[in-house]
Formats: sequence, C-alpha cells, structure tokens
Amino acid sequence: MPDTIPHPIQTIASETWLNIALTAILITAPLLAWTLGEVYYVNLGSRIAILALAGTGLNIALGQGGLISFGHAAFFGLGGYTAAIAAHHALEGSAIVSWPFEIGATDLMPLIWCAAILVSAAVGAIIAALSLKTAGAYFIMITLAFAQMIYYLAVSIPTYGGEDGLPITLRNRIPGIETTKPLTFFFLCLACLGLGLWIFHTIQQSRFGAALATARMNETRLATAGIEPFPIKLSAFVISAALTGLAGALYADLNGFAGPSMLNWHTSGEIMVFVILGGVGRLYGPVAGAALFILLETFIGGMTDRWAFFLGLILLSVVLFAPGGLIGLFSGKSRAN
Amino acid sequence: MTLALFVEQLLNGVQFGLMLFLMASGLTLIFGVMGLINLAHGSLYMVGAFVCAFVSAATGSFWLGLLTGTLAAAIMGVLVEVLVIRRLYNRNHLDQVLATFALILIFSEGTRWLFGDRPLWLDIPPALKGSVQLPGGITYPLYRLAIIGVGLALAASLYAMISKSRIGMQIRAGEADREMIGALGVDIARLYTLIFALGAALAGIAGALIGALQSVQVGMGEPVLILAFVVIVIGGIGSIKGALVGSILVGVVDTMGRVLLPQLFGILMPPSTAATVGASLASVAIYLLMALILIVKPKGLFTDHA
Repeated sequence: MPDTIPHPIQTIASETWLNIALTAILITAPLLAWTLGEVYYVNLGSRIAILALAGTGLNIALGQGGLISFGHAAFFGLGGYTAAIAAHHALEGSAIVSWPFEIGATDLMPLIWCAAILVSAAVGAIIAALSLKTAGAYFIMITLAFAQMIYYLAVSIPTYGGEDGLPITLRNRIPGIETTKPLTFFFLCLACLGLGLWIFHTIQQSRFGAALATARMNETRLATAGIEPFPIKLSAFVISAALTGLAGALYADLNGFAGPSMLNWHTSGEIMVFVILGGVGRLYGPVAGAALFILLETFIGGMTDRWAFFLGLILLSVVLFAPGGLIGLFSGKSRAN
Repeated sequence: MTLALFVEQLLNGVQFGLMLFLMASGLTLIFGVMGLINLAHGSLYMVGAFVCAFVSAATGSFWLGLLTGTLAAAIMGVLVEVLVIRRLYNRNHLDQVLATFALILIFSEGTRWLFGDRPLWLDIPPALKGSVQLPGGITYPLYRLAIIGVGLALAASLYAMISKSRIGMQIRAGEADREMIGALGVDIARLYTLIFALGAALAGIAGALIGALQSVQVGMGEPVLILAFVVIVIGGIGSIKGALVGSILVGVVDTMGRVLLPQLFGILMPPSTAATVGASLASVAIYLLMALILIVKPKGLFTDHA
C-alpha cells in the first residue's frame, strides 16, 4: 500500500510550512490584539513566547539528547529570581553581593539576561555533573529532587521574600527602548525566542548535535566513534539550562514578580508538557505546545473553573493517541530526526 | 536539648519514615515489576485521605473511614491501571511521566469538584487520643505510636508476602524477567493490576492515617510523592528492603534536621540568623543526603531486588 507510507520529502515540507504558519500567527496575533486595544492578549503572546523559549531550552536536553530532566523549573526560577533580585537591589540602591568582591545591582535587562544565563548555566553544570552519573528513571528523579532542593532553599530565605516571592516594582529597562510598553516587551520576548530557536537549529545541524543525537540513541556507538558521551551530554544540559534561565528572567519581568511557584515541580512538569505536546525534538515543538497549552488554559479557564480537569484529559489523550505531539499529528511522522 | 525531646523527635522521624515507606514500597514495586514511573501515586494517597475523612465525618467512625479510604484507593488504582496505565507499560519514561502528570491534574481538580475547595478535617479516633508514658519519663502521643505500629506491621507483612507467598514469588519473578514469567503461564495482565492495586491500597492507608495529623487537602500527596521518589532512588529502584531503609533514613534526617540544625547553628551565630540558616539547610538536608549517596552508589544502596 504505497499511499499509506508518508513520502519523506513531502513530510519535511509540511513541517516547514507548519513552522512558517506558526511564526506568522505568533507575530500577527499580538499585533492585531494591539491595534484592537486588547493589551491582555498582547501579554498572553509574550507569555507564550517566553514559555516556548523555556521549552526550547528543555528541548535541547530532552529532544536532542534524550536527557529527561524533570527539574527545569530550577533554571526557570533561578532566571526569574536573578531578575527580581537585581531589580530589588537596584531599587534599594544596595549591592547584590558585597563580600568578598562587590557585585552591584542593575536594572538593565541585557545585563540581567547575561546574569540569568550565567547563573542557570553554572547551577545546570553542577546538577548535570552529579545527575549524569545516573541514567533512565534515576536521572528523572534526581533532576526533580535537585529542583526541589532549590525550591525549598528559595522558600527559606526571608531576605528574598520566602514563601511570598519577590516583586519587581519597576520593570527592568533597556536604554532607548520602552520596555514597559506591552507590544515592545512582546517583541523583545519574541527576539529571545528567535535566538533560542536559532541555537536549537544550529546545534541540530552541527557535529556536536550529531554526537548528541547519537548519545541519545546509542551511547556505546558514540564512545566507539572516539567521542566521550559525558562532556557532550553535560554541554547540552548546560546550554539547555541557560536558555530556560533566560526565559525565567523574561517571565519575572513580564509578571513583575518572581516566586517559589516558578521553582515548583509543577512548573517542571508544564515545561515538559510544552515540549511533548508540541513534539519532542522538533524545532517548533515547544512553540506549538506552549501556544496550545496557554490557549487551552485561557479559554477553558474562561468557561469553567475546572479547567485543569479538562486540560488533564486532553494531555492524557495526546499521550495515548498522538505520541508524536501536535506537529507529529499534522506532519505525519512520529519523531523528527 | 533534653533526652526526652530527642527521643520524641526520633520517634516522629520513624513515624514519618514508615508512612513514606507505605508510599515508596508501592512506587518501587510498580517501577521494579512494570518499569513504570507513576507520578499519580500521590493522588491515590490523597484519595485515601479524602474518602476516609468524608466517611468518618458521615458515619462518625474513623475505622470505617480507614477501611473505605483504603478500598477506594485500591479500586481507583485498578480503574486507572485498566483504563490508562496499562497502555503505558511499553512506552518510554517520557510518555509515562506526561500521562501520569495529566492524571494528577485530573485527580486534583476532580477531588476539588467532588469535595469542594475547602480542606476536610479528620479527627483522631477517640480510642487513640491522648498520650502514653514511655520508659525514661517520655510522653508520646498514642496515635503516632499506633501509626508506628501499623507501619511496622504492614512492612513486615509486605516482606512476608513478597518473600514467602506464591504471589510474592510471581512479583519477584516479574522483577527479574517479565517476559519469562508470561511465557511460563502466569497471567501477566492480572498480576500487574494486582500489584498496582496493592500499591494504591498502601498509599491510601498512608493518606488516611496521615490525614488525621494534618489537614486533608488537594495537593497533600505531592510533597510525599517527591520524598518517596527520593527514598526509592536512595534505596535502589525495585528493592523493598531499600525502600524501608531509605524511608527511615529520609524520615529521621528530615525530622531531626528541622529540630537540630537551627539549634546547632545557634551555638555558632546569633539566634535569628541561626534559625534562618538552620531552616534552609534542614530543608535541603535530604537532597544533599541523596546526592551524596548517589555519588558513592549511583544505583542506590540496595541494587539487588526485593
């Protein structure tokens, strides 16, 4: 039956078309909302772009490297807290760290982004170095446990809000750009998402990406080819953590708040849901997944308070009946490689 | 710190550890035999607590509540296994995590729908109210002591069942090689449902028993679930013995850490700073313990099964 087998070239083309359509919708929908004066939907667009970026980060570890991290909320939250702590001290006019060397506070977004990336990459490197000794279910649970550790640490530090979290009273700024304007902030988020997608794509096309994919499929084969798997997986995890951290910094600025809920394991689960819902290992998987998740949450939430119940049912159906995620459903392939 | 307080906290730690064991033993069996990561195990704990609280309030009998709570969790376990979990055994861990995460959303919201948004209240049964005098002049709440007893009895009977009975033999065989015992004529599908129901019932009992010590609310299963994961990672996935040792270790370290660390730091620094630093360190102590154990033994303390 030749017509039941999807033609490979056609499949790739249909996924590309889908990606182009998604990009177009993601850009035009908030623009349209802005011209109609619907600020709420512009911010919804920012939220989708940010969460898609967090998912894209996870997709590097999870999709390309097969590293099932259940602890990416740690990096999302660390990024968020970095932004909030910097803003907190900038407002107070105090230094973030005064000993043994002084780190001054700042409310400049580009600096904060760099700091968020550095902090999450550094913590990501420590977590990965310890967790990568294990594999399979152990890896899932250890990443989860490390994220919980950071969660409880955040809750127990009263200086930075403890249980209540830390507000960002004034949104951080970029000289010459009006970051408080919702549409401007949306395009900033979109640009960061674009950067994240470009990094994902570049890795996928590179020799490093090929090694990473081999590490996912058959580690022994990679080792036989003369490449040690550990540094490859470690680097992928660190890049993944850094991107999710950047997303966290943006998210804190969007909400004007960073709190323990960003570090909660539900957040790890949700970031993972974006990736799986859209399609694991696919460039636009997290974009499609985050968009669908947020839209479902918003619209079912508008109809009933019990939206989580129906969201759960929909997610369950996707896992059971559409294992390739949304993009797999539309382009007819169970996994992109 | 007086000796009496120390012993009291130690007993609290053991009590907490034994309840963790009831959760962890189900998780570890389900993982060991079926290779399934079940995030929704905490939801079954919650089901046990809610049904127990609801029935106790309606009938006035804690014991009837405990029985129905356990049964409800087991029945829910069978339902979930047959409808959903069964389709996940041959899937990868990622699908299992996502599907059971979806189950948590369904269970949590469904429970709110059925029982309302407010937490339920479950009273300690009248027969177990009050305290007992232990040797050495220590007074300890009777209910907590009873929980320790129940936990020990359940642990012993679980151990006996797995090492002595025919079902236990099949479970151990299933951990060693599931395809082979299927080929030998054991009804594998029925065995899986049975193990899942057993795990669910244990989680339900734990939920109902703990429900009388804290408020019965949606999401109560999640912190316990994550600690149970820590336990089975420390103990070695699939090992009942590991789950027991891991549970007690985590229970005691967690409880003692919360009491001892702030006092310990109080010797070195001013009281207000000590309380903060001690509390933060206490909350991360078990995760540090886990990291240390895994650096030394990446597959947990007990790598051999059951």
